[in-house]
Amino acid sequence: MTSTDRTRFPAGGVSAPPAGRRPAGRPSSRRAETRRKWYEIIGLTTPALVVYVMFVLVPMGFAVYYSLFRWRGVGPPTEYIGFKNYTLAFQDPIFLDALRNNAIIVFGSLLIQGPVALGIALLLNRRFRGRAVFRLLVFVPYVLAEVTVGIMWKLILAEDGTVDALLRSLGLGSLVQAWLADLDVVIWTLLFVLTWKYVGFAIILLLAGLSNVPHELTEAAAIDGASWWQTQRHVTLPLLGPTIRIWMFLSMIGSLQVFDVIWVTSVPAMRSLGASGTMATYMVDNGFFARLWGYGNAVAVILFAISFVAALLFQRFLLRRDIEGAITKGAN
Amino acid sequence: MATKRRAGAALALLVTSALVVAGCNSGGEDEASSEGELYKNPVTLTWWHNAPQDGPGKTYWEKVAKDFSALHPTVKIEIEAIETNQLQRTRIPAALLSNDPPDVFMSWGGGEMVEQVEADYLKDITDQTKTEVANMGKAAEIWQVNGKQYGLPFRMGIEGIWYNKDMFAQAGISAPPTTFEELNAAVTKLKAINVTPIAVGAGDKWPAAHWWYNFALRACSVDTLKKASKDKVFDDPCFVKAGQDLKAFIDTKPFQNNFIATPGQNDPTSANGLLANGKAAMELMGDWNRGTLDNVATDKAKLAKFLGWFPVPAISGSAGDPKAALGGGDGFACSKKAPAECVEFLKYIASPEVQKGYAETGTGLPVVKGAEAGITDPALKSILQATSEASYVQLWLDTAYGSTVGTAMNDGIVGIFSGKGTPEQVVAGMKAAASK
Repeated sequence: MTSTDRTRFPAGGVSAPPAGRRPAGRPSSRRAETRRKWYEIIGLTTPALVVYVMFVLVPMGFAVYYSLFRWRGVGPPTEYIGFKNYTLAFQDPIFLDALRNNAIIVFGSLLIQGPVALGIALLLNRRFRGRAVFRLLVFVPYVLAEVTVGIMWKLILAEDGTVDALLRSLGLGSLVQAWLADLDVVIWTLLFVLTWKYVGFAIILLLAGLSNVPHELTEAAAIDGASWWQTQRHVTLPLLGPTIRIWMFLSMIGSLQVFDVIWVTSVPAMRSLGASGTMATYMVDNGFFARLWGYGNAVAVILFAISFVAALLFQRFLLRRDIEGAITKGAN
Repeated sequence: MATKRRAGAALALLVTSALVVAGCNSGGEDEASSEGELYKNPVTLTWWHNAPQDGPGKTYWEKVAKDFSALHPTVKIEIEAIETNQLQRTRIPAALLSNDPPDVFMSWGGGEMVEQVEADYLKDITDQTKTEVANMGKAAEIWQVNGKQYGLPFRMGIEGIWYNKDMFAQAGISAPPTTFEELNAAVTKLKAINVTPIAVGAGDKWPAAHWWYNFALRACSVDTLKKASKDKVFDDPCFVKAGQDLKAFIDTKPFQNNFIATPGQNDPTSANGLLANGKAAMELMGDWNRGTLDNVATDKAKLAKFLGWFPVPAISGSAGDPKAALGGGDGFACSKKAPAECVEFLKYIASPEVQKGYAETGTGLPVVKGAEAGITDPALKSILQATSEASYVQLWLDTAYGSTVGTAMNDGIVGIFSGKGTPEQVVAGMKAAASK
């Protein structure tokens, strides 16, 4: 029974330490034990904490500080302008385009990658010849470096490139587009490339989740006369919930911060016309290339704030069930 | 327990002090040695240039560094070759800010250099380089701020139109166009024989923006351009006129398909790839294009045979000087704290012998009198002649106005190319950026 219990909750239940109070000992020994525990906590976390503070929190503090200045990155920042950089960003139509593009990528990724990955994962979870090869193939794009993927797709999608030739040979010549050169098409092309690149990651996560679905349950369902589809729908999918939610979370945060594939695959003109830029590329274009360092920092802070709020909301409403018990509330 | 705590505290202290020491070490020490002590103490010069691709440019700089060390054994030179954009936009600004800049580094002069001088990053080399500057003539002025010299160019040239002589002959164009009417006629003739008349790398923005710069050069008087570089005020209607002229020109459809996504250089699908491989008849570009065309050409011999060059045509009845040209160059500057040997190295690069050797690499035009002998390519020779005949050389506008205005300007111009932007929006964008 216990073994079933453990496998039923792969995301949370396993690692949760036992909650509840320890039996109270003599006061003095309890104090000594408390003290020892604090030493342990301090001793073990200090190195990590120092690194974290120095390389994460301090730079973040600097970003917020610099974002309040009109600063071109030459000499120390001196011209304090308050929140003007923030208002400027939200007045720039190109930044608003970047927000829209990020939204397209977030929802596009969730809505396309999710179902596709789930379908492929369910298929690959069955036993058949050459399964390992297929599993490897779907994972290859995820292993490739972003720059490689970008350059590769740039060549494939070029005017009269492979995609155009393929469409023409299939008699679908009318579908040929300026895939990376049309202001209205380019973001969808990029969404496709991103999907191709990252769907393998979703599949691998889901396959890991599927391997945790106990065999006894699917067997029992089969004995009860459930079809393959019914088994998936009523047994497998509910048990995959935590995995799916974790993937959604990672995908959302990744999509908000997406940079490299966009940077490599689409040209600078597409970004600065608002057709393909995301918040991250906008930040680099303005912070470094236009040399608006204060402004670039403001954009970085906005990107951080949006990702942070999205993460909090997601945790609060969707991940809550999965992480319950993983947080050692009141267990001391 | 107590031992453990002390050990932890010691470790923390060690880590922090190591970091502090590392932080302190990076600056300071390199006190500039006085003239008398030149070459007395061993020094290491760090040198950042923008020729990272294997080719004659990179090899030549390695030789220059080696030769200088052979002449002056106390000087060791450490080279870092970094791609231009990364070098100019991220590496140099960050290094200058961090208090640990390279000793010798790329400089384009213009607005960026003004900012660097104002922040006190650069070494004033006016007194030491009088001979070199005199030998360069007007070219050295771009590396001056308020009459003082802060860097020396090694490459300088004007921009013009590179073209395919064979295609021109096929289309029945007898002589290179000298006015825009003639250019338009040439475009029509080239289209008639199914050739893409002009390749433009609008995807990278600046190659497209250079068309607007040339229209501005023709529409604006020299005084207006000088004033705009200095005061960053763009009220003169000639700047809007430049956009209108550009729009009219784009409407004649002289460019290749999907030019809005075509990269500028160093790629077979880029604009200079199209020219180099016989897929387009013309390209507007600076003197360095000779080297980059070679990089992307599948048949270098064929390229050398058909390649020609002519200056940007004049526009009849415009306020601008028809003999004025757009140009610019690459130079090197020394950071404020660099040892005195750094200036000697700049002078060495600017010496006629080194400049002649540079000219022989065929990657650009040298700036020093006496180095012309090294130029063998006929196209480069015609650029050299046109450069000497130009009545006024305007530095690339994005460099002259600095990165902030320059980026906004280029973005606005690409807006015109995409069909979404207007001539007025270009100027509005420049004004807004100037205040950012």
